[in-house]
Amino acid sequence: MSTVADTRQDENAAPPARRATGTSARSRWIRRAPLLPALIFTIVITQIPFLVTLVISSLHWSALNPGDKNFLGLGNYNEFVGLDNYVTVFTDGRLRSAVFNTVTLTVGTVGLSLLLGLGLAILLDRKFPGRGLARTLLIAPFLIMPVASALLWKHAIYNPSYGLINGVLNWVWQLFGADQGPTIDFVSNYPMPAVIMALVWQWTPFMMLILLAGLQAQPTDILEAARVDGASSVKIFRYITLPHLRQYLELATLLGAIYIVQHIDAVFSITQGGPGSATTNLPYEIYLTTFRKFEYGEAAAAGVVTVIGTMIVATFALRVVSSLFREEQGR
Amino acid sequence: MSTSTLEKRGTFLNRRKKDSRGEGDIAEKGGPVWTIVAWVATLLFFAPVAWMVLTSLHTEADAATNPPTLFSGITFENYGALFDRGVGPYLINSAMASIVSTLLVLALSIPAAYALSIRPVEKWTDVMFFFLSTKFLPAIAALLPIYLLVKRVGMLDNIWVLVILYTAMNLPIAVWMMQSFLAEVPKEILEAASVDGAGVLRSLWSIVVPMATPGIAATSLICFIFSWNEFLFAVNLTATISSTSPVFLVGFISSQGLFLAKLCAAATLVSLPVLIAGFAAQDKLVRGLSLGAVK
Repeated sequence: MSTVADTRQDENAAPPARRATGTSARSRWIRRAPLLPALIFTIVITQIPFLVTLVISSLHWSALNPGDKNFLGLGNYNEFVGLDNYVTVFTDGRLRSAVFNTVTLTVGTVGLSLLLGLGLAILLDRKFPGRGLARTLLIAPFLIMPVASALLWKHAIYNPSYGLINGVLNWVWQLFGADQGPTIDFVSNYPMPAVIMALVWQWTPFMMLILLAGLQAQPTDILEAARVDGASSVKIFRYITLPHLRQYLELATLLGAIYIVQHIDAVFSITQGGPGSATTNLPYEIYLTTFRKFEYGEAAAAGVVTVIGTMIVATFALRVVSSLFREEQGR
Repeated sequence: MSTSTLEKRGTFLNRRKKDSRGEGDIAEKGGPVWTIVAWVATLLFFAPVAWMVLTSLHTEADAATNPPTLFSGITFENYGALFDRGVGPYLINSAMASIVSTLLVLALSIPAAYALSIRPVEKWTDVMFFFLSTKFLPAIAALLPIYLLVKRVGMLDNIWVLVILYTAMNLPIAVWMMQSFLAEVPKEILEAASVDGAGVLRSLWSIVVPMATPGIAATSLICFIFSWNEFLFAVNLTATISSTSPVFLVGFISSQGLFLAKLCAAATLVSLPVLIAGFAAQDKLVRGLSLGAVK
């Protein structure tokens, strides 16, 4: 890490030789040139669609009954309605329940996977036979294609007649002499926990990896000193490890939250948002509004609301990333 | 951790810090009990993956028994059936979209990272955080305008649309990762090259790229993983010709008859490239997932 620090500090200090040449406009542009393709590409592909979404959100645009006003050659909308779509978003019961489901899904998944991830990270922080293999196996759930994982949980694990959970329950029951174990239809009876559990399984390795990196970045000498002074493991964890882990916990929480707020694969594949709208989160509701109801204006307004929600979480995330980033630089 | 303590301890300790951890300070206390707990937890987490692979190797009849059978006859017929059902073109589309977009990401991100670390532009941290902030915008909110535009120019069901979108999706991650890898290239070498008259392109190509090869490999694998797994754009912007493997999976489910073993075979097959890429990149995985913030 020291090389990083050296390089960066020198660069920030801008050595005199460089500053002399660095002031002319031409050499500044030469310096910028390698950056521009990536920057322009990113601005064009990511920022412009959001501006267009913002504009569409002010239109009544029903693609099933299009009006006669043309929108940038992309299609015909009905009329300009100002903020009416936002009124719909905040008063429509479906959208409100989608907001509620998004929060439940995100908080449930991030909370549980963070706890499990912390437990696994602590277990893997000690050396034991086969630790490398255990780590590799634990990463696997995160690497399974999200759609594949969702279908795996729905059909191979939750299915009431041949899924793994009911199969194991049945086997245990038969072991104790019963004819037939309980048959639980998880997806129909407990749709939200079913989706959350599948997502927790996928995201726990992510949390574990970040927290394990945090645990392993702990300065050893402080831990040793504490142990020499007779501090118990619990006390060391509470007063040294946990404060040290704080920013890693924050980072894992925020990154996880940002990914899961946007998540659609599991909802799409396990429950299709149902039963009813019990598991419809905002992204899936926007998807339905766009491609099933064809209400483009409403979908755009819901999209803008999602962006604002994500940006609130992201502001905190950026703060944490930037503090870690500056720390790396400061080393 | 306090930055000042680390600074005081200097380079050598900092370097050693990571390697010397885990040598069993906390370790030996709990002893074998914690080892057993760790392994039980690991195997519980891995069980669904193992179950998926095992089921994919069973016949449909064996796969649907209740209670489940662990070891019945092993067969590869399910994988054969996948290719009969035409999984091939989907895999090729996925490979095309992920590999080409990853190459584009590298072509854009390496020069950008150069201008953000080795010869940084003014306010380079602001540029870094701009890239990062684009990653936080939910894709679903961009889908409608992108869909309308793609439809307007007649490029629905065209793999190049996915290539461009995946490039944009992964570029911020790649810029962050490459920036942190390029910052580790010793500056003296670059200065020596510049004294010898090497220009930006020359020093980028003959010095920076070879020295940052492990970083480039890790970045590529991360970008490959994300594009291979992408679902939202793939399912909405492609139809028959250029659909990728997740779209195949969703379309594969039929309600008729036994299909569990085939589904597991399909899930295993489409996940295999990413599993291999992820295991190969596992040391760098955390750096990519945390956008370079955690090393």
